[in-house]
Amino acid sequence: MRPRVIPVLLVDSRRRLVKSRRFKDEVYVGDPFNVIRLFNEKEVDELCVLDICATLEGRRPRVDFVRALASECFMPLTYGGGVQSTEDAAALFKVGVEKVLLGTAAADAGLVRGIADVFGSQAVAACVDVRSGRDGYRVHSRRGQLDLGHNPIDFARQVVEAGAGEIVVQSIDHDGCGQGYDLGLVSAVAHSVGVPVVALGGAGDVAHLRAGLGAGASAVASGSAFVFIGRLRAVLITYPDTVDLASPRANGETW
Amino acid sequence: MNIVVDYGVGNLGAIINMLEHLGHDAVASRDPRSIVSAARLILPGVGAFDQAMARLRELDLVAPLTEAVVARGAPVLGICLGMQLLGRSSDEGQRSERGLGWIPADVVKLSPHEGVKVPHMGWSEVSPTRASALFPGGNEVPRYYFSHSYCLEPDDDRDIAARCDYGGTFAAAVARGSVFGVQFHPEKSHRHGMALLQRFMELT
Repeated sequence: MRPRVIPVLLVDSRRRLVKSRRFKDEVYVGDPFNVIRLFNEKEVDELCVLDICATLEGRRPRVDFVRALASECFMPLTYGGGVQSTEDAAALFKVGVEKVLLGTAAADAGLVRGIADVFGSQAVAACVDVRSGRDGYRVHSRRGQLDLGHNPIDFARQVVEAGAGEIVVQSIDHDGCGQGYDLGLVSAVAHSVGVPVVALGGAGDVAHLRAGLGAGASAVASGSAFVFIGRLRAVLITYPDTVDLASPRANGETW
Repeated sequence: MNIVVDYGVGNLGAIINMLEHLGHDAVASRDPRSIVSAARLILPGVGAFDQAMARLRELDLVAPLTEAVVARGAPVLGICLGMQLLGRSSDEGQRSERGLGWIPADVVKLSPHEGVKVPHMGWSEVSPTRASALFPGGNEVPRYYFSHSYCLEPDDDRDIAARCDYGGTFAAAVARGSVFGVQFHPEKSHRHGMALLQRFMELT
């Protein structure tokens, strides 16, 4: 199977596409509809749209907005942000979402199980946001604000046990830095669970993607690598060929 | 009329989006009379076998679907779980529900060799076993998006239209008369999926 390469699009409360660095300092990227159309033309493997303000603002998913986005997607669409109930998930699936990504809500084993029981494990993924500190790796929720006190391996095993069919492991420390994934973290989680693990946080070029796959990830995702180019982070929508991923090349290459 | 069966489990929006993009009219419906007389039927499905069959029964859709497909021979395309519902039974869940039984087949859990992860989630190439309405042949190897933990296992290999290798092969598509099923998601598989849905929509 070809490994999936997944652009992650962050949308804010004003429905704009933004990108953060270490979960802060969001900069404006563009209009999500334009960007999705460009990714359609590039035949991306999968798209992930995250409403990064929903949970913090106590909002549920904006289903009409997601419907409009989904109608542009001829590729699989994962949505995350503000999903709090099986009904929220059902409404999203109905408008064309394949998979819901639970962040803060992933700690609710009952919700994970509820969605998996009705829609199947393949329809529910958990995003494990990880920050490293004095106590080692710790899982955080609420956009990195709340330390859940769990280590990522135990947490990932718990959500898989509850029914999640995929784990997205995201390094908060590496987010938006373009220096590569936290490969130790990716490897540790990927080798601890039987479901696919997606690496997120830190990829800046195709060598980083390849390294993420090499560490054991089933798929590699990035919010920056496919929308920015160069040190000044000019916006340019790009996407690698699968051929690029298959053949080792020098560091620092672009595609 | 082309009908995407709306029984509460399935990504109807994505299927209708792609059909509209291809220039076909299709409506989401759970109206038994419309289903009985449908030109073509698409049976979507996301989720668990038992719940899906229970919903079809609650909505009294099994009889109209059977009349359209079996008695009248209207082309039907089951997608993902919708393909699995074409079989008799599933290992998933409590085995409390029987399938539609239009294809002699049972649903089994994927059991790839060690080190291969389940669910099977992602893009895989598909090998048609023979020329069929869904896969007319040609040089390009089609690839499609899969997202599943179970697969349909027909009694008779001749009902298999295409196979996929994911740590061992399984039926990626079935075809028996006017009954078709695909384990992957053509509505989410770019031009490969568009071409397949286009071929299905040309069937009469």
